[in-house]
Amino acid sequence: MALNRKDFFKVLGVTGVTLAIGKEAGAVPKKEESIEFKGILYDSTRCAGCQTCESACAEANGLPSPTAAIEAGVIRNTDEVHRTVVNAFNSSKGETYLKKQCMHCNEPACTAACLTQAMYKTKEGAVIWRGDKCMGCRYCMVSCPFDVPKFEYHSANPKIEKCNMCYSRLGEGKIPACVENCPAEALMYGPRRDLIKEARKRIVENPDQYVDHIYGEHEAGGTGFLYIAGVPFEELGLNTSIQKESYPSLSKGFLYSVPTIFVLWPAILLGIRESTKNNHLKSDENE
Amino acid sequence: MNSLNYTIAKDNDGKSIWKFLAGEMKPRGSFLTPFNIISIPIMILGLVLIVIRFWKGLGSVTNLTQEVPWGLWIGFDVVTGVAFAGGAYVLTFMVYILNMQKYHSIVRITVLNGFLAYVFYAGALLLDLGRPWNVINPIIGNSFGTSSVLFLVAWHFLLYMIAQLIEFSPAVAEWLGARKARKILSGMTVAAVIFGITLSTLHQSGLGALYLMAKDKIHPLWYNEFIPIMFFVSSIFAGLSMVIFEGSISHRVFFNQISEENHKSHNSIIIGLSKICAVAMFAYFFLQVLVFVHGKRWDLLFTPMGYWYLLEMFGFVMFPMLLFFYSYRRKNINLVKVAAILTMLGVILNRLNVTVIGFKWDAAIRYIPTWMELVVTLAVIFTEIWIFRWVVNRMPVLRESPSWVNDKH
Repeated sequence: MALNRKDFFKVLGVTGVTLAIGKEAGAVPKKEESIEFKGILYDSTRCAGCQTCESACAEANGLPSPTAAIEAGVIRNTDEVHRTVVNAFNSSKGETYLKKQCMHCNEPACTAACLTQAMYKTKEGAVIWRGDKCMGCRYCMVSCPFDVPKFEYHSANPKIEKCNMCYSRLGEGKIPACVENCPAEALMYGPRRDLIKEARKRIVENPDQYVDHIYGEHEAGGTGFLYIAGVPFEELGLNTSIQKESYPSLSKGFLYSVPTIFVLWPAILLGIRESTKNNHLKSDENE
Repeated sequence: MNSLNYTIAKDNDGKSIWKFLAGEMKPRGSFLTPFNIISIPIMILGLVLIVIRFWKGLGSVTNLTQEVPWGLWIGFDVVTGVAFAGGAYVLTFMVYILNMQKYHSIVRITVLNGFLAYVFYAGALLLDLGRPWNVINPIIGNSFGTSSVLFLVAWHFLLYMIAQLIEFSPAVAEWLGARKARKILSGMTVAAVIFGITLSTLHQSGLGALYLMAKDKIHPLWYNEFIPIMFFVSSIFAGLSMVIFEGSISHRVFFNQISEENHKSHNSIIIGLSKICAVAMFAYFFLQVLVFVHGKRWDLLFTPMGYWYLLEMFGFVMFPMLLFFYSYRRKNINLVKVAAILTMLGVILNRLNVTVIGFKWDAAIRYIPTWMELVVTLAVIFTEIWIFRWVVNRMPVLRESPSWVNDKH
């Protein structure tokens, strides 16, 4: 079958249109399209350090209820039974609190690191862990700049524990347990875009109350969990020297070089082999 | 099945294949050697510890923490062990690509060494997996994490082991007396070598690339964006130093297997390798200096970690490099061996500095491996040596191939 240029473009056009329309015609009105990247905004100035979020989180996720009380200057960390903790800091504006949990990065290092897609960034924005895929290599822990994923070292069937933004509750139409139960309204759940607007509004309206920075807007390439506070973030134990680019971008260069090497190396090696084929004739004379 | 049985039986003095294999399983030589007396109890203890580890979890045997999730089993067994196995791709490159026939007599033992290193050290990775039953997930494809460097490394380990097995397989065929199979397998050697070198380039550097995302966790004197290249270049002299070290021991232990001709060429081979080591180490040192100067790390030099860095760079890269150069000029075999051992210590130091010592160097709770992690590591190494000895004693690895073999692959 001879195909001239005109016919070729006709075929191409028809195929393209079919693909485009076919997809649209076949699909039911998609729910995903209406789903926006969701996140949580935490306002440190409103947080009273009541630890309600900690108990609500433990209850919602079937973890033992936390018993340790907050003490200023003593840093508690999340671990395999605590997905979130609140710490108190003696800052320049007196005792200030800060909640800690997974940051739900826009481009998470853990999901880029995971070789089985067990760490997974959902389309809603939450970063979740899928046990049926995970092989427990803990590369996510090595890669996460916030040290969030935790591992059950004393179990024969260990899990990776981390905040998943109450992903199963979100599916039921509820909001994350910590947000729902915060009595001081320090936490707010919603589309990330709206949260940034709200954070800006609060900062602009009360310039004396807030520092002019939304932690997580650009940190690590942007995160789903956002912070605003009344004191500089380094006083609250947050890593402020963290890079603005996403962490997966660090290994992109290497990964991009892989196909190049896979194509070039065999060709180069074969070429060298051809050119050295008769070398042994010369070396025999020398030996 | 019957015809296969028949051909093999014909080549092994009329014994059936199963009888032949059963006979080969029996130990040869005296049993109570010093090596056996030391290694057997450690291997048994290691096995017990492995059982405990799978029964009670990783925490019962290791000192790993939430901040330092990868310890000795990854940092030494896998990352360092694979660097030492690099000799196989360097040597096959020299012999099959550059056609340096002088080194042909040590190709088989180096490839065997490399293959066993991959099987055992990469196999040791399974001990470190929390959920090892899911290890097939990245292979069978129900969830490909193609953006992961570890995905690449895992696949390359697997493919490279197959490539090395093909490279070594003519020796197995000669052992079994399978003439037809040997002919087919040796025809695949060059393809396996080219594929193997390509894979090695990528996964030797890939092991370094694993740590690229741990930017804030590794001491800045050891973290830089060139870790993959550093790991690749250092795997060249790490592998060759291992070839020199292991070759010298094999030469002594399996003395009576080696032909007169190969005995004579042994020294010239070692001297030749020392020159290649020196050149590769010079390139590595130069790269390190470039990275250091561009990174403007001068302020870090006069801290405890800085002194440690200087020790690694001058004591275990610069010094053995000069020693390799000197002994190459003077044709001093013993000095080459000293340089090889120093270089190997330097590579261990470097890999541990990136993966364990410099990793979270400022953490409140430092990771120090337990004695149990050490015992398991030793048990893995000893088991590998046992298998190595078993193979060398039976297959034509150091020994000349049987007379029916014509070509030299």
